[in-house]
Amino acid sequence: MTAPSIDATPVKRDFRLIDSTLRDGSHAISHQYTVDQVTRIVRGLDAAGIQVIEIAHGDGLGGSSFNYGFSAVDEMELVAAAVDAATQAQIACLLLPGIATVDDLKRVRDIGVSVARIAVHCTEADITEQHIRIAKDLGMEAIGFLMMSHVSTPDELLVQAKLLQSYGADTVYIADSAGAMTTNEVRARVATLVGGLDVPLGVHAHQNLSLAVANSIAAYEEGARNLDGTSAGLGAGAGNCPTEILAAVCDKQGIVSGVDTLMLLDVAEDVVRPIMPRQQVVDRAGLLLGYAGVYGSFLLHAQRAAERYGVSQAKILLELGARKVVGGQEDMIIDVAVELARKHAEAEGTT
Amino acid sequence: MALPVAIIGSGNIGTDLMYKLERSEHLDLVAMIGIDAASDGLTRARERGYLAPANGIEWVQQNPAAVRLVFDATSAYVHVRHAKILAELGITAVDLTPAARGPKVIPSVNLREHLDAPNVNMVTCGGQATTPMVAAVSRVTRVPYAEMVSTVSSKSAGPGTRQNIDEFTRTTARALEEIGGAEIGKAIIILNPAEPPILMRNTVYCGLPEGTDHDAVLASVVSMVADVAKYVPGYRLKQPPVIEEGPYNTPGGVVPHRVVVLLEVEGAGDYLPTYAGNLDIMTAAAVQVGEAIAAHHEVTT
Repeated sequence: MTAPSIDATPVKRDFRLIDSTLRDGSHAISHQYTVDQVTRIVRGLDAAGIQVIEIAHGDGLGGSSFNYGFSAVDEMELVAAAVDAATQAQIACLLLPGIATVDDLKRVRDIGVSVARIAVHCTEADITEQHIRIAKDLGMEAIGFLMMSHVSTPDELLVQAKLLQSYGADTVYIADSAGAMTTNEVRARVATLVGGLDVPLGVHAHQNLSLAVANSIAAYEEGARNLDGTSAGLGAGAGNCPTEILAAVCDKQGIVSGVDTLMLLDVAEDVVRPIMPRQQVVDRAGLLLGYAGVYGSFLLHAQRAAERYGVSQAKILLELGARKVVGGQEDMIIDVAVELARKHAEAEGTT
Repeated sequence: MALPVAIIGSGNIGTDLMYKLERSEHLDLVAMIGIDAASDGLTRARERGYLAPANGIEWVQQNPAAVRLVFDATSAYVHVRHAKILAELGITAVDLTPAARGPKVIPSVNLREHLDAPNVNMVTCGGQATTPMVAAVSRVTRVPYAEMVSTVSSKSAGPGTRQNIDEFTRTTARALEEIGGAEIGKAIIILNPAEPPILMRNTVYCGLPEGTDHDAVLASVVSMVADVAKYVPGYRLKQPPVIEEGPYNTPGGVVPHRVVVLLEVEGAGDYLPTYAGNLDIMTAAAVQVGEAIAAHHEVTT
């Protein structure tokens, strides 16, 4: 009889899989996670062999706000529930400098979080120095996370990635936050970064162009050794790279993910799908985000603003793309909606 | 008689302030102090005929009688040290970093409350832009929770701002509470690298309790915008303020409505181009405070 592989000798893995159902997935349920849901999702992912489970408000620690939506439950309670439920998985938290501070990092470190993902717009790496250094001082693994990386060239990204590395990041990630990258664009960026960095690279993919799994596999082939997924693809915009599909494709391609694909299927089907207010599909708005290169988490906020002001969600998203807004500028959704509504009223008044 | 003053810190803020002080009748800029003689700020100061020493706070220690007031535009960490030195020399400090050693001053709200303080703090650019809006709401109704989001162009955020981003959010949030009158405040800052650079944007959300007179809130906001625009001409509403229906589960309790104030700040273009309204609002506010202190000195001495 053989012992369960997870509890025995370390499994050989070709890459590390980080699951963000409880962070990026939080956008899709408008940050309404309960302690019970967190516990059940962590138990499932942990048992399936996921090594790192990320949890926070969708916009990172401290994201509970008017601008990004208030969490139903204090995120520190949710983080504590995740730490309690994990037996082998490390718990990670995402932090955006400008939204949260190092105080939040210290708080989750005390609860038992051991991985800090410090996320920043891909041209502004130098605002993370304080946070990466303190994460290291706290004895955490520090992952530097470059968002909206479709807007920069591979060489520009490398300059920013090297800054993260110089501050002490143990791993650097590029995130396709708008789900806007084609597979060739992912390959070019990963190849340049893997060639130019000393630390491992990771890729966080979104589904807006229906390429999340393909882009993740391409990233692996170019040398990325960390990949992100979420259960059932739950996430901002059209959703994330579905963890269970990525695992299934890896199995078929002979890439060792080190996770139990069938157990991940059960988590997606039995635990996550029942709490999803809508299935993750690439609908018009979702595709437009990827097509126009707009930050994925704007989707539901734009839908609500469109309803409130009686204007088109698609027009809001396209105008946000034209204005080159970056992640975090959710207030501009209201700005655009109010302006569109005013223009409509003026146009009607003149006819 | 004009009050002799110096600027310490020759970065974006300090250099912009230099141009504004040139136009002040009540403040006499004596020296622009930096630590790098080759910096753009010190070079410009020399060109315009000001003393431009590059030995930092030491220059003030060597010339303690030369100035009565110092505008500190260095960084939060550096100001902590400067604050002590200036206090010992009896020189008033107007602190343009988020160090927040002294009481916070927002000219349109509490300009005259701290004229005798040895050290006053100008909060942050975002704090100057948004605290008046929270104060405008809180003079009409209780504000259990207020939040601001400030977006500035990447080009206008110098190394000081970038290294001090946590200090920005903490100091700004406290200003929303202490001066704005919110029971709980939260601050968010975003850098946007778009080209051409965007004008500084600020959004203020205040939770409105049951029974709030919404028309009074809106009127108070519009009137306060006009007050700020008196000293920051490029400060304006991007859209009329709106009331949105919740409910909203804020940290200060559930509220049925919120007011959303969407602001834009166009700079005067003194040093950096007009997109950098974040510099203007700080430096324009600092000049207001400096002039109020100068006038107060004249009366009391």
